Amino acid sequence: MIKRTWSLWKESMRMSLTNIWNSKMRSFLTVLGIVIGVTAIIALITIMQTATTEVTKEFISMGTGRLVVNASGTALKTGLTLADIEEIKAIPNVEGISPTVTTTASARSAYDWTEDVTVDGYNEMYFRRNSELVSRGRALNVLDVEAKNRVVLLDETAQQNLFYGKDPMGEKVFIRGYEFTVVGILTDADSGDVISQAQSDSTDGGRMIIPYSTAMTMTGTRNITSLSVYVADTSLTDQVQAELESVLKAAFNYKDNSYRIINMESLLDTMDTMLSMMYMLLVGIASIALLVGGIGIMNMMLVTVTERTTEIGLRKALGAEPGQIQLQFLIESIILSISGGVIGVILGLAISYVFSIVAGFTFVASGSAVAIGVGFSAAVGIVFGWAPARKASQLNPIDALRSV
Amino acid sequence: MHNEFFRMQGIVKRYQMGDELQTVLHGVDLTVKEGEFLSVLGPSGSGKSTLMNIIGCLDTPTEGEYILRGREIAKQDAKQLAAIRNREIGFVFQSFQLLPRLNALRNVELPLIYAGLGEKERLARAEETLVRVGLKDKLGNRPNQLSGGQQQRVAIARALATNPSILLADEPTGALDQATGKQVLQLFEEINRDGRTIIMITHDLSIAKHANRIVHILDGMLMEGDEQHD
Repeated sequence: MIKRTWSLWKESMRMSLTNIWNSKMRSFLTVLGIVIGVTAIIALITIMQTATTEVTKEFISMGTGRLVVNASGTALKTGLTLADIEEIKAIPNVEGISPTVTTTASARSAYDWTEDVTVDGYNEMYFRRNSELVSRGRALNVLDVEAKNRVVLLDETAQQNLFYGKDPMGEKVFIRGYEFTVVGILTDADSGDVISQAQSDSTDGGRMIIPYSTAMTMTGTRNITSLSVYVADTSLTDQVQAELESVLKAAFNYKDNSYRIINMESLLDTMDTMLSMMYMLLVGIASIALLVGGIGIMNMMLVTVTERTTEIGLRKALGAEPGQIQLQFLIESIILSISGGVIGVILGLAISYVFSIVAGFTFVASGSAVAIGVGFSAAVGIVFGWAPARKASQLNPIDALRSV
Repeated sequence: MHNEFFRMQGIVKRYQMGDELQTVLHGVDLTVKEGEFLSVLGPSGSGKSTLMNIIGCLDTPTEGEYILRGREIAKQDAKQLAAIRNREIGFVFQSFQLLPRLNALRNVELPLIYAGLGEKERLARAEETLVRVGLKDKLGNRPNQLSGGQQQRVAIARALATNPSILLADEPTGALDQATGKQVLQLFEEINRDGRTIIMITHDLSIAKHANRIVHILDGMLMEGDEQHD
């Protein structure tokens, strides 16, 4: 019985392939709808997934449980005073804060000099939260900040610019005429966070980190315009944010637009919601394409059944059961739609591959996308092939043979 | 040799033609013995094709009893009828009805697929049958590469492939010239000599005469013919 069924399947497949091959142009045009639908689904899913992974990675690298405050202040008061900062530190559930003083300067070592170095002033908290920042040497500590030590950490670019082929550890670097000692090297991964990158016109001169207190002295700044607030218990971030707002409002005399708080987590949430909505929308559109493709297949199958009425009658006269006729036509429509699906998967992956190269993302072929593409197209073949196949199986053999 | 092959009693067939109910067969009685070569002779519109469809289990009678090899045809479902057509009956049509995209071998293989044989056995049997009808060299030819007579031979081979007990031919020489028609009829006679029952439907008396029994059909009624041929 199993052998008999298999033999029939094989035969049906052979017949279907012969028929599809014999009307190549028509078959191609018929599956085009499926190809476009599946291509769209695969490309959209893969591109969305790649982009989401990439963006989420970036957001997470900036750290969650962190509120970024931009306090431009008012005409009377630019930035936050040290007293304001003490007040922020005192907010319950705040683990610590890290003021950010960013400037661009030219720097010089005993060997070389370079322009346009981004100099970021931070404190020890910044390093505590980003433990993998330092590849060699040490991070900043409390004493550096308290004592306004002139110590500096260099990134790879800055190191290469100033100390090409030499060990910079313990060497001197001059920034705006101030003498600093190199205490550590930053990992490549740290290119500053997106926000400070956007604020300082990012340059290729490299990046250096010094204690923020030293940076304030060096730049002559009295107030802090940018700082990160680290939250101890991330489930209470919203409360911290509310308290932070009231402190900032009081600090700037309740003037509008004097400050801005960026919550990484809520930003991530918003982005997630937006992405998943877009995702559903795109898949919805692609599904419509598939639906249209399915109708195309149904139409072609109905035409095929009509064209091959005589053949169906003959097969019945030769002993084909209705179920066997139905199977043959169903297989034909499934082969059509799956071949469309496979072409679609290949095209879709190719498109997303090109996209990720152009966008500089890491290309990840999504297995689920491939499964969805092939599965969907097979389902389309079954659903839209069912009615024509049923029609074929129900044909009266006499009418079918008479139509000659 | 002279067992009853099938028996028809009071077969009536009516068709709904628009508003009218048309009676095509008016109570046909016909008994055929195993090994007979029977011609059903009648002009077009006499109901001979309808009769053939009923004999071939392609159609069921409105009234009457049809028993084929002890089986009451009216009581079989679609699946059982398909099996009967496959095992018991070999059809030969006027217009051959070969599938144009398949070669001779694959055409003859068709009924064997529905008989559920494995591919190796199917092809062996198809080849054997084609050799028997004299088409040893034409196995790989498609219908459009064959002459009319050769095409009809392929069709006959296809009808014989499942080794059915009866060959049912509807105007088998209708599309052939006289010489080729004659060869086909000779082939029928040979097949009949091997003991297979043949029923041939035709409007041509000279063709009908090749059979050893002739029944006339006219306006849906059957009469035993007086021409006997040996």
